[in-house]
Amino acid sequence: MAEMTHPLRVRVDRKVFPAVGLRSEMLVLKGVTFQVEPGSFVVLTGPSGCGKSTLLNIIAGLDKDYQGEIDYGGGGERLAYVFQSPRLLPWRTVYENIALVLPPGDPRIANIPDLLQRVGLTEAAHAYPEMISLGMQRRAALARAFVLEPDFLLMDEPFVSLDDPTAQSLRELLVELWNRRPTTILFVTHDRAESVMLGTRILRLSGGSASIAQDVPVPLSVTDRLDRDKVHAEQKRIFGDG
Amino acid sequence: MLQAVKAPAPRFRFGHVGWTIGSLLVLVAIWEVAALIAANRYLPGPMTVLDVMIREARSGELWSNIAATLIRVAFSFVIAMFIGSAVGLALGRNPGADRFFDAWLIFFLNLPALVIIVLCYIWFGLTEVAAITAVSVNKIPNVAVTMREGARALSKDLEEMATIYRFGWWKTLRHVTIPQLAPYFAASARSGLSLVWKIVLVVEAFGRSEGVGHQLNIAFQLFDVPMILAYALAFIIVVQIIEMTILQPILSRANKWRR
Repeated sequence: MAEMTHPLRVRVDRKVFPAVGLRSEMLVLKGVTFQVEPGSFVVLTGPSGCGKSTLLNIIAGLDKDYQGEIDYGGGGERLAYVFQSPRLLPWRTVYENIALVLPPGDPRIANIPDLLQRVGLTEAAHAYPEMISLGMQRRAALARAFVLEPDFLLMDEPFVSLDDPTAQSLRELLVELWNRRPTTILFVTHDRAESVMLGTRILRLSGGSASIAQDVPVPLSVTDRLDRDKVHAEQKRIFGDG
Repeated sequence: MLQAVKAPAPRFRFGHVGWTIGSLLVLVAIWEVAALIAANRYLPGPMTVLDVMIREARSGELWSNIAATLIRVAFSFVIAMFIGSAVGLALGRNPGADRFFDAWLIFFLNLPALVIIVLCYIWFGLTEVAAITAVSVNKIPNVAVTMREGARALSKDLEEMATIYRFGWWKTLRHVTIPQLAPYFAASARSGLSLVWKIVLVVEAFGRSEGVGHQLNIAFQLFDVPMILAYALAFIIVVQIIEMTILQPILSRANKWRR
């Protein structure tokens, strides 16, 4: 990991979706400005369709059609993104999918077996993605992101459409991986319990041409995060529900 | 102690090969009967045709003609696949170019094979270059249309993934783009082979002095039906062997990741 002392600075003044057919131009994001301190786990939350994924794509550099500026503070070289769908190459094995994000001969290739074991995919290393379950595919996508030892890890609702126990075990896995190898994470979700369990800080976007509506720290330790009751109590404190 | 257990008699199962052989035998039988009823030299029976085939094979004529034709098929096939793929991909990835060249593509798709062949011989003379150009030009539009569909269907999701993980152009091409295009490539290769070898025969009949097409043309002038059928059958067999030993193994290897 490159030594990072500068925060990630995000400033999106304006992002519109152009008019298509009968739909008129739509203002998605307006005046979204925040900083992400190195090593923090920031959760972006908000009603569905409020522009969370759009914001993440802008930060990732996939969407360049916006007004504003993203400043990686010199650490944008190693960026990983865990998408809503696993986006594995179906014609490459789990192992190959992970190894492909590294240049040939990279020393980090040696870490793959250990990483596979940690995400519980040792047996499935040489299986093709279509032959394993969605939960396993998501584990592979996590391993692919972590093998890079990224400076920034962007995650867009990576645990949706999984049954609750599977999603929970993946969240625990993420907490463990992040704890072992701290990195700056920006995590999009609309699940409030998930945001409290994972984030050290929660940014809530308002609906309808979104801006930041709420910015709260989540003062839970790693052990607290694995305790459902503590997560529940914290969720009640922040959102007034749970 | 061993108990003598009478195993149930294995039920005879007609596999895929069984069906193929069976149906071909029925076809040959119908042919034989038709030949017997017609009793005409213009409808020879299967044994007469087989005799001619063996005679031609022994003299070496069959092999040299088939080889000449196969070389032309191979050259025009490779050229057509290469240029057709490049054109198709360029059009599929570039909507502006696609809008402009779509009409050209339709023009070439509908240009009769015979017109292309005749024009190539007139413009380039009765040469090997003209023959191979004529066959390739006939096939290129078909490949281009299929590959254009493939390029349009390329996954944006996987492209974004490759961008984020800094695959670079070569890794993206090899691991992301080509595997997605493989089914389209395979489809145009298969239909391509059958189209190309038919057109090669026409090209040979018109302006070459060896090859299966040339031989068929001579046989036509002599009304030598056994010779025509002997060459046709020999060529069908050769094409089937190529299909089974080269194309199908490549296809099944490329598809092994599918569930």
